[in-house]
Amino acid sequence: MAQSATARTVRSQGPQASTFLGRRSVQKVLSRVLVYTMLLIGAAILMLPLAWLLSSSLKQSGRIFQVPPQWIPDPVVWGNYAEVWRMIPFGLYVRNTSLITAASIVGALASSSIVAFGFARLRFPGRDALFLILLATIMIPSQVTLIPTYVMFRIVGWLDSYYPLIVPAFFGGGAFNIFLLRQFFMKLPLELDDAARIDGCSTFGIFRRILLPQSRPALGVIAIFLFMGNWNDFFAPLIYLNSPDKYTLALGLNMFRGTQYTAWHLLMAASTMTAIPCMILYFLAQRYFIQGIVFTGIKG
Amino acid sequence: MQAQAASRPAKQRKSQSERREAFEGYLAISPWLLGLAIFTVGPIIASLYFSFTEYEVVKTPVWIGLANYQRLAGDRLFWQSLKVTGTYVGASVPLGIVLSFAVALLMNQKVRLIGFFRTAYYMPNLVPAVGSAILWIWIFNPEFGLLNTALATIGIKGPLWLGHSKWALPALIIMSLWGVGGGMLIYLAGLQGIPTDLYEAAEVDGATAWRRFVHVTVPQMTPVLFFNLIMGIIGSFQVFTAGYIMTGGGPRYATYFYVLYLYNNAFQYFRMGYASALAWILAVIILFFTLLVFRSSTAWVYYEGQLRGRG
Repeated sequence: MAQSATARTVRSQGPQASTFLGRRSVQKVLSRVLVYTMLLIGAAILMLPLAWLLSSSLKQSGRIFQVPPQWIPDPVVWGNYAEVWRMIPFGLYVRNTSLITAASIVGALASSSIVAFGFARLRFPGRDALFLILLATIMIPSQVTLIPTYVMFRIVGWLDSYYPLIVPAFFGGGAFNIFLLRQFFMKLPLELDDAARIDGCSTFGIFRRILLPQSRPALGVIAIFLFMGNWNDFFAPLIYLNSPDKYTLALGLNMFRGTQYTAWHLLMAASTMTAIPCMILYFLAQRYFIQGIVFTGIKG
Repeated sequence: MQAQAASRPAKQRKSQSERREAFEGYLAISPWLLGLAIFTVGPIIASLYFSFTEYEVVKTPVWIGLANYQRLAGDRLFWQSLKVTGTYVGASVPLGIVLSFAVALLMNQKVRLIGFFRTAYYMPNLVPAVGSAILWIWIFNPEFGLLNTALATIGIKGPLWLGHSKWALPALIIMSLWGVGGGMLIYLAGLQGIPTDLYEAAEVDGATAWRRFVHVTVPQMTPVLFFNLIMGIIGSFQVFTAGYIMTGGGPRYATYFYVLYLYNNAFQYFRMGYASALAWILAVIILFFTLLVFRSSTAWVYYEGQLRGRG
């Protein structure tokens, strides 16, 4: 990529381009300008709501209803963010959400990797048929299992607890994640297993000592997706959690919205804060992020 | 004789190790197998059964045969929610695919600062669903929102958006397009994976840029488009959060999404049997469209190996 870019720079600045600016090269320059213009307009349109979010979150309560709107708040009220913490137990929501997210990630990573190992590396009767069933379950809309699952958790007395949000993760950790990890394991050379086996490693020792350490990138990608999914989940907490002190960020934010019809500056500050961990994660692990999206979108 | 005697224990040892491997295999996949039974197969059977019953959670289910399904046929809210959801899927899925594909094509023109553009287009996807729902309520605010104040500067008086039954659903569709960056990343990677010699060969044959696009880019991208079309349809039929938070299904049921109706039946009115019937209808609809796309795929999805095989 970088190479071809520099190659083109050299070419366009080279003698040919400057000596005879033929119709072709004029056309080329024009199409470049057009491409960049359209990309910039698109980016601006998509970024505008974010700028609006940030700008609104820093406004004084009265200034929010100013027409035409002020893009750069005057004065800049950083205190809005502190105000949110005073009005709702934001810290508690963060703690609750972190707990659920962390436990689900651990459960899903542990169980999906061991299951994927079984499908990728071990031979047993019915394996391929079971794997097809696994793929088929990806297509099942969750609404079909929703009500009996809810009833089941009700019977065991788990409503208004975190168990319904965490425990299922330990049972496979999502068909799609198993599928992705299996594909990854299949690409690792079998010689690694054989060498370890000769050295006296047990089957699950191979999994733990050889395959898992090799799979950090794939596990990282899946962990990112699990984080985003759990951190942002709204439906499951909405159904299973009732007590406000057990609320997740998504639920707490929605409740806050229900009480604040005009305090848009505070709502915007709260919304911004829920997005911050996701943004940080993106910038820290951008490569994994993009790889993961691409992988899930193409290899599926 | 000797050889036979020697081979028998070896065979036994082999089958023993095979059995051992099989045991370890089942052990390895046992978390998923248990999960399949407890959280998928069991509930599917139960929800099919519930759909033939009247079930209010606190009482035991009462078998009523097809009554739930018969009631659905005459339920105006059911048809309304189906219409709303169908419109949403029919608009947001194709628009999303076309837009994100177009952006990916632009970005594939050996653009510099690609990292910047990629991040800029993807950023909206990083805002959690509830946060972005609240943000968009504010953007769609008829008096002070971003959209209508922007429209006002070019002399257009914007509509009431979420407050108007004609504009609420289009508003939610517009909002869904804010997420085009996710699809864009996928298409961009697909475009970058197209072998350059295909383009070179086409160029040698004198193909114009347009013909290269139609005869190289599009066919090569059809598997990715196909996959994303299916996932888009499945996901959009299940849209819930935007309707629940932003409009509550209103005004006048204009954004009453199917899953919102299902949710209300199950968890507001506690009509679990009726909600189960709704869930099954949804599953059948999604299955129908998925199969439809699958069936159509032989006509438009290009798979390298397959075509070469047929010559």
